[in-house]
Amino acid sequence: MPDPVLSIRDLVVEFKTEDGIVHAVDGVSYDLFPGETLGIVGESGSGKSVSTLALLGLIPQPPGRIVSGTAEFKGRDLLKLKKKELRRVRGNEVAMVFQDPMTSLNPVLTVGNQLGESIKTHYPDEKGDVIKQRVIDLLKLVGVPNAETRYAQYPHEFSGGMRQRAMIAMSITNSPALLIADEPTTALDVTIQAQVLEVLKRVQAETHAATILITHDLGIVAEMCDRVLVMYAGHIVESGDVETIFRSPRHPYTIGLMDSLPKLTEDEEWLRPITGSPPSLIDLPPGCPFHPRCFLAREKCRESNPPLEPVGGSAHLSACHFSDELIGHKSKFSQEAVA
Amino acid sequence: MTDSSISPRGSSPAQPTSPPAPGPDLPPPHAGGVEGTLEAGLQLKVRSQWSYARMRFFRHRLALIGLFGLIVIFGAGIFANYIAPGGFSAINLGNFQYLAHPSAKHIFGTDELGRDEFNRVIWGIRTSMEVGVFVAVVSSFIGMFVGAVAGFYGGWIDNLLMRITDLVLTLPALAILLTASALLGQGSQWRISAILVAFFWTGIARVVRGVYLSLREKEYVEAAKASGGGDMRLMFRHILPNTLGPIIVNGTLAVGTAILVEAALSFLSLGIKPPTPSLGGLINDGQANPQDWWLTVFPGITIVLIVLCVNFVGDGLRDALDPQQRRMRA
Repeated sequence: MPDPVLSIRDLVVEFKTEDGIVHAVDGVSYDLFPGETLGIVGESGSGKSVSTLALLGLIPQPPGRIVSGTAEFKGRDLLKLKKKELRRVRGNEVAMVFQDPMTSLNPVLTVGNQLGESIKTHYPDEKGDVIKQRVIDLLKLVGVPNAETRYAQYPHEFSGGMRQRAMIAMSITNSPALLIADEPTTALDVTIQAQVLEVLKRVQAETHAATILITHDLGIVAEMCDRVLVMYAGHIVESGDVETIFRSPRHPYTIGLMDSLPKLTEDEEWLRPITGSPPSLIDLPPGCPFHPRCFLAREKCRESNPPLEPVGGSAHLSACHFSDELIGHKSKFSQEAVA
Repeated sequence: MTDSSISPRGSSPAQPTSPPAPGPDLPPPHAGGVEGTLEAGLQLKVRSQWSYARMRFFRHRLALIGLFGLIVIFGAGIFANYIAPGGFSAINLGNFQYLAHPSAKHIFGTDELGRDEFNRVIWGIRTSMEVGVFVAVVSSFIGMFVGAVAGFYGGWIDNLLMRITDLVLTLPALAILLTASALLGQGSQWRISAILVAFFWTGIARVVRGVYLSLREKEYVEAAKASGGGDMRLMFRHILPNTLGPIIVNGTLAVGTAILVEAALSFLSLGIKPPTPSLGGLINDGQANPQDWWLTVFPGITIVLIVLCVNFVGDGLRDALDPQQRRMRA
């Protein structure tokens, strides 16, 4: 296996609030390999965004605090970089695509101008017409028609899908080695979603950037990703390659997530949600954070938090005391063909 | 795999905008929000926010009247040496008349030294204008900078700068101005302006700080940060253009206020040193001869007109630059 682009170890992020300390990310470790797409799924508040925003120093400090951990990227620890050094990494070697394209573009700057900004930020000596040409090429790459005209337009003249394309173009202006897409399609309707994902794929093929795709949509994961991390309450509960996870999930939470999706092939009266609600991150239940909602929960689960351990193949990890009992468990996905 | 949450994907990433119904006689699309479709058959004029603002401004009747008034009055001030070529202290010795009533020869009459009051008002406009514009521009820049830094960084920087601002605001401006003028004596218009600037920046600083406080949390600022922008770039390249509306409006209104305050000071003979005429100073001079009404009425009317026009323009700009407002005046 090649060396990982990004190697995160024991990342712990906390937020101080009036009610207590929120353990948003609690001991997360993972590797990201060149050219691969890693999906991070989980409910709201499971720490999937925070764990990546922390890499770029984009969590507000205070109230946020990176308690411990390392994030090795190209031989440097991102978490230990000085503000100025980190700024050189942001938007250059590591870039982000944000969730809401409607609000992530500055309303008073033309789209071309904003895309050019992110080049100028890192290459202040670049000539104006070179930048312009590059921006227009990027807009063409992400499938914005009439790129020359669009260059001079303001964000309010763009539709949602076009704006997200522009955002993607902005993130790859400096050919990043790592692209983080934080729920890039959540704010878009489904037909546009598919187009934007297509653009993301094309962009990835073009730039060979390793991609982290944060989403709560398992469909997108199945469509886009090579590997997937399932997060729950700030912990990684299961990870592995997409096919393994979808065919033979080995964590009750993953199974719950998959079962909660409606199936197209059957006539279902009711959705099957995971019972209970996500735990308060201030006051996590003792032992395994998922045990109050788990159908497998026993005494042991209340007592100790299971470590993330290999199950089956070496790349498939699950954090469950009783993951062996899930061997052969049929999730809805395993009954349907994984494309 | 099949999954309901993902839609059947189109084979081509087609443009999501719906093409408009073809037809040569389509009315121009309604302002704002119309997707900029540029398909053949329909040419949509691309309008920036500024051109919307300009359109709104030029449909604001009072603002246009104000703008016209300002152009005439300030134009007279700017071209004072053509309109009143003799300067403000010229005396017609050949046909010497002092305290003459307004007439065809001296349309605003003459003062007690026989100087043409019209000339003096025109030159007074120039002085007042210099004070107003200088104060507005310089205090806008100072206020903008202070407000931007305070609002962007927040925390103790914000606290420090805003307490200083509060301190300046709590000082009784007129009393300080009177004391300063009394201590320093009457001076040139530039000295008065400098003193006024020391008080005027606070209003703009507070407005700008407020805007920055809300804008720094916007996603596009976060996005700019994520693409590597430094503090200065975020502050002045990304946020500042969003605050120009309030800054322009406040700056415009400050012109009027500065002119009024200068007039008040000069009226109390604590402002600009004679013989340089200022509008307030002219009224003060006129006081000595209350029966000769033209010496107070004409400069007085001029002040009123200037401030009124400035406020009309300011209101028009406020309406035009308000980003919430997409509505067009008919």
